Amino acid sequence: MWEYTDKVLELFYNPKNQGEIEETAEQNVKVATGEVGSIACGDALRLHLKVQVNTDKILDARFQTFGCTSAIASSSALTELVKGLTLDEALAVTNKDIANYLGGLPEAKMHCSVMGQEALEAAIFNYRGIEREVHDDDDEGALICTCFGISDTKIRRVIRENSLITAEEVTNYVKAGGGCGSCLATIDDIIKEVQRESALEIAAPASNKIAVATKIAPSTLTTVQKIALIQKVLDEEVRPVLLADGGDVELYDVEGDKVKVLLQGACGSCSSSTATLKIAIEARLRDRISQSIVVEAVEPLF
Amino acid sequence: MQKNCIYLDNNATTKVDPEVVEAMMPYMTDFYGNPSSMHTFGGQVGKAVKQARQQVAALLGADDSEIIFTSCGTEGDNAAIRAALLAQPEKRHIITTQVEHPAVLNVCKQLETQGYTVTYLSVNGKGQLDLDELEASLTGNTALVTIMYANNETGVIFPIEQIGLRVKEYGAIFHVDAVQAVGKIPLNMKTSTVDMLTMSGHKIHAPKGVGVLYVRRGVRFRPFIIGGQQERGRRSGTENVPGIIALGKAAELEMLHLEEATKRERKLRDRLEQAILTKIPDCEVNGDPTQRLPNTTNIGFKYIEGEAILLYLNQHGICASSGSACSSGSLEPSHVLRAMGLPYTILHGSIRFSLCRYTTEAEIDQVIAVMPDIIQRLRDMSPFKNDQAGWLQAQTLAHR
Repeated sequence: MWEYTDKVLELFYNPKNQGEIEETAEQNVKVATGEVGSIACGDALRLHLKVQVNTDKILDARFQTFGCTSAIASSSALTELVKGLTLDEALAVTNKDIANYLGGLPEAKMHCSVMGQEALEAAIFNYRGIEREVHDDDDEGALICTCFGISDTKIRRVIRENSLITAEEVTNYVKAGGGCGSCLATIDDIIKEVQRESALEIAAPASNKIAVATKIAPSTLTTVQKIALIQKVLDEEVRPVLLADGGDVELYDVEGDKVKVLLQGACGSCSSSTATLKIAIEARLRDRISQSIVVEAVEPLF
Repeated sequence: MQKNCIYLDNNATTKVDPEVVEAMMPYMTDFYGNPSSMHTFGGQVGKAVKQARQQVAALLGADDSEIIFTSCGTEGDNAAIRAALLAQPEKRHIITTQVEHPAVLNVCKQLETQGYTVTYLSVNGKGQLDLDELEASLTGNTALVTIMYANNETGVIFPIEQIGLRVKEYGAIFHVDAVQAVGKIPLNMKTSTVDMLTMSGHKIHAPKGVGVLYVRRGVRFRPFIIGGQQERGRRSGTENVPGIIALGKAAELEMLHLEEATKRERKLRDRLEQAILTKIPDCEVNGDPTQRLPNTTNIGFKYIEGEAILLYLNQHGICASSGSACSSGSLEPSHVLRAMGLPYTILHGSIRFSLCRYTTEAEIDQVIAVMPDIIQRLRDMSPFKNDQAGWLQAQTLAHR
């Protein structure tokens, strides 16, 4: 049996905002509808938003869901989250927000929260007359998971937004790979590509250094992005100084905010290595990436 | 921990009969000797194991020497398949069905990676096999035909003896996974075409962790578990004595209750089924309505999802199970229901109720009382209210 939080069960047994919102002749009010999923896939959500036209504010939100306990609870949570927001504010609601509202979901059920986020996007895009990115079966290479009809666009997005690093996680979040499994290797390739792209984004030309560092808020960095950024600061700003003194530094590991480095050359045997760590390396990384970073030296294996 | 409930999930596991518990307890406390030991203390345990073997053999209509105690149904299936292949190394073809238990299906899939060819026979909308398809699949290269006696999800019974006659014509070994059939329909291996048959203790009111593989005398058997010479070298490892004693007692009780319990369960099952079909629109029974285990009904409720139904049932203290993907941890709905080609509107919302001799009329009435409201509440939430719903119409409802 799944281990659901009390909040999930509460919203399943007593769902809030279930039902439809029908278009009325009310002045300055329109209804936006978004539909995602399908009966073939085993879960589907139709989201209704009542929007105040002149302010873009969501006056009411309701759902109709075909799906399991967590799909129903996620839908209900979504409607609670977006009521009172403007459409732009609502677009910033992520599947993580939905899962957090519920006190978490089992990993294998995270796709229910993704469905909620997508329905929200669909409703707002429909309202604004914007075409959503959808997969096209004729578009060679775009459809990755034929069992559940999942495109590479969607897989890439969910990898980025949720910092996913394994195909199993991708399956939990968007179902891709959960059928025959023949696309799992392709999903692995996509994960690697996204990781490479993220690293490249961070390792942009030096002239863009500041822009990149400020564009990506430290709190939103994925692990891969963070490591790449640390490496970049070490390579461009720290190592040249140490090399000039006959020393060097190599990134050994990153665990959360703990950065482990190998001090090499003259730095390895220097009596001031603690000062080097704190002033030359830690202070620089804190300045560039996050104030909570702590740098530690590790002993070389040989 | 919840103790009292209306337990209608007996195809998953069963309550251990109090008489079974009573029979096995001394072998967990006082009589702990090793049945292989030479001393009297162990020897008396060996005698009890022998008696249990006779009790199981009687239930199956088999000879004592044809009974191998195993740890579970999965072990029995694995052992049978591998033994059959090891005994005929020149043959590289296996026939099974698309609706087998994973204990068979996953072994077959693994064997495909080792150079074996496997034919997975299809089923029709009622979950029945096409014997012509079987006939067409059999060749002189077929080493093994492994087919379940009754399906665990729908209760559909396959015509095992008709199948066996065809298998014998081609000289293949015939293994039957009878985990769901034993104790629910009478079996007689003496007059059967079956070469090997698997059963599991916890499906017949014995505890978990004990099972049996029946191997017809004369069928060449290569052991799967090798070690000491227990079970005449066909399944090594010190015996699970309390489990075996329990299984023996459970087998004896099944023989005693079989006829009466079968009639009673069928009556209660039909009462449940008819009430649901009458009171709730847009639902149907999955599987062959007549060639079916007397204790099982699998009902598909259109436009809603199974796990959600289960959770509402759970709220009422009712235990059932679902073939829906969301309840299983898999993302695909039941492979059995999919193989039957059920439409998506039914596929995801199917619930299995499986009864046993402890099921009461009052319990069935309680289920009948709560089901309409549960289904209505979920359908009120669903965007798919009927087949004419626009969004649904736009989707393919056929089997993928």
